[in-house]
Amino acid sequence: MLEESYSFNRTVMDYIHHAAEHGLYEIRGLGAKRALPTFDDLVFLTASASRYPLEGYREKCQTKTLLGTRYAKKPIELEIPITIAGMSFGALSANVKEALGQAATAMGTSTTTGDGGMTPEERHSSKTLVYQCLPSRYGFNPDDLRKANAIELVIGQGAKPGGGGMLLGQKISPRVAAMRTLPAGIDQRSACRHPDWTGPDDLAIKLRELREITDWQLPIYIKMGATRVREDVKLAVKAGADVVVIDGMQGGTAATQQTFIEHAGIPTLAALPLAVEALDEMNVLGEVQLIISGGIRSGADVAKALALGANAVAIGQGVLMALGCNSATYVQHGSRVDATDDYARLETAPGYCHHCHTGRCPVGITTQLPELEARLDPAWGAQRLKNYLQVLTMELTTLARACGKSNVHHLEREDLVALTIEAAAMAKVPLAGTNWIPGLAGNE
Amino acid sequence: MDRVNTLPVVDWDLAAVSVRELNQFLHDLPGSEREATGEWPTIRVHNPAGQHSIAVGLQVPVQVEVLGDGGYFLAGMNQHALVTVHGNVGWSVAENIMSGRVHVKGCASECAGASGQGGLIVIEKDTSSRCGISMKGCDIVVGGSVGHMSAFMAQAGTLVVCGDAAAGLGDSLYEATIYVQGLIHGLGADAREEPMTSADCERVATLLSRAGLPGDPKQFKRIASARSLYHWHADAANEY
Repeated sequence: MLEESYSFNRTVMDYIHHAAEHGLYEIRGLGAKRALPTFDDLVFLTASASRYPLEGYREKCQTKTLLGTRYAKKPIELEIPITIAGMSFGALSANVKEALGQAATAMGTSTTTGDGGMTPEERHSSKTLVYQCLPSRYGFNPDDLRKANAIELVIGQGAKPGGGGMLLGQKISPRVAAMRTLPAGIDQRSACRHPDWTGPDDLAIKLRELREITDWQLPIYIKMGATRVREDVKLAVKAGADVVVIDGMQGGTAATQQTFIEHAGIPTLAALPLAVEALDEMNVLGEVQLIISGGIRSGADVAKALALGANAVAIGQGVLMALGCNSATYVQHGSRVDATDDYARLETAPGYCHHCHTGRCPVGITTQLPELEARLDPAWGAQRLKNYLQVLTMELTTLARACGKSNVHHLEREDLVALTIEAAAMAKVPLAGTNWIPGLAGNE
Repeated sequence: MDRVNTLPVVDWDLAAVSVRELNQFLHDLPGSEREATGEWPTIRVHNPAGQHSIAVGLQVPVQVEVLGDGGYFLAGMNQHALVTVHGNVGWSVAENIMSGRVHVKGCASECAGASGQGGLIVIEKDTSSRCGISMKGCDIVVGGSVGHMSAFMAQAGTLVVCGDAAAGLGDSLYEATIYVQGLIHGLGADAREEPMTSADCERVATLLSRAGLPGDPKQFKRIASARSLYHWHADAANEY
């Protein structure tokens, strides 16, 4: 009888064999693949006799979302509470950045730059563009800062909280290198600490500098990977953030160490209630907006995030998948072209690929190679992404109406129950069929 | 342009008005057409009292004289302007400077010129640690000594140090070049000393001259990247 070890199963053995053979840890893209508590572990208690639903196809359900109302003279008004997360030109092709901008603009939402600066394509195509200020400061400059609609100061991201960005040499094309002031072809490892400030007291001063430079016009977001969420959110609020962005451990990346992706940070489901509680304890609920990200996939995820207290969500991986990430085919001149051989050359297959770091994306998304980049037409990609965002919005409003809400921002914690004890404890909602919220004082 | 003829002086007293009001005034100054003429307005800032973010985000040719000590981020993201501080400055003076010149008559705290992309920064006395961190093309001339980890991850540009350099100099350097006249108390990872060429001497002489600081270019040592960290794992570059 063959008996596989639980602790040293074949996956673990493969890892050890690979480490022993190469002396390198694994670097890869996308996000955590391990099983984690997710929004799937929550369900809505939609209307019945005790609650009154809205007509699903007739009655209006508002989705407008206002961000940055605390200090900025020009807050951002979005048509939907679903935004495009920061992803760099470098990690993504210029075509993709353009497609993101077109789709976001069509849906009345925002897109976000990334490590490497702002490309003219994304500024041109994005009505509302959030400009990231990252530790590397690659391509960061005051002219683009003034062109932005909001600033996102990035302290960390969910896939690698405490770590810096990474872009391997294959993706440092001459254009990417020039934008980042780096030699082409080198492995670029971004700093994990900002070069000009250290610690929360400095952060407050840094935010004021950014506000001074932009004459207090633009909202400032602070983005953090989800680790010590309660403390971090409070410090961000104290520093003067208009918007706090919390990125859970299911958040994606273009490249980082596998050990980071799978073993650092906490799940988005656990992070969101902590962030909301922190805002509440600081008495700034509604004054400082909260964006949650990290593994948001569906309209149901968005609805649950809003019900738990987020003002909006940000999506990265789902957006790339809408563009065809991990699809077996890509579209050229209106026809589908099989890409499975290209996946095979990366020793992977559609549905399993996380090889963003190689720059050899079979469907032309996470690449700087012109022949691969040409596989994604910006207009085609924008239409796909617009469709995806539209579906998410329809699902969101469907659930909100069924809960009797005429505004998606009226969804509330009371509308949810959990299917597992873990999810009940993390989300701080009752286990379905009980009044039990594990871990809540007086509720044991 | 390091020297200009100036128009009448305008005085601002930060004991009476806020940094916000000063910066808004500076931001509202008319455009850059004066750059070629050399007729730049001079703004004199009295009683800076170590306040933060003085004269940040300037975009036009203007001469700003800060009469005292500045706090964090003085002249941050400077473009075109000539800012002179008759005193000391706090953290990250002229961070992300794009062009123009920021001249500090005294000392600078940490991270002077962080991530600077162009222009010239002159610190007449000493700077604290991480001077020139992540610099991306600016030039920095320090009349005194620099603290540890200076030019950390510096990508492009030049750091000239007339005094000594503390430990960790040039750690993880990219294509920036460092020149040190005094003692170097230890190089950082991937930084190495290289022979001074005539071109190096000329570069140092030019920068010293622009900074108005004395120094013998032949006494300087050149520090640059050994480029051994340019690839994640040079022995197995094809494995990932």
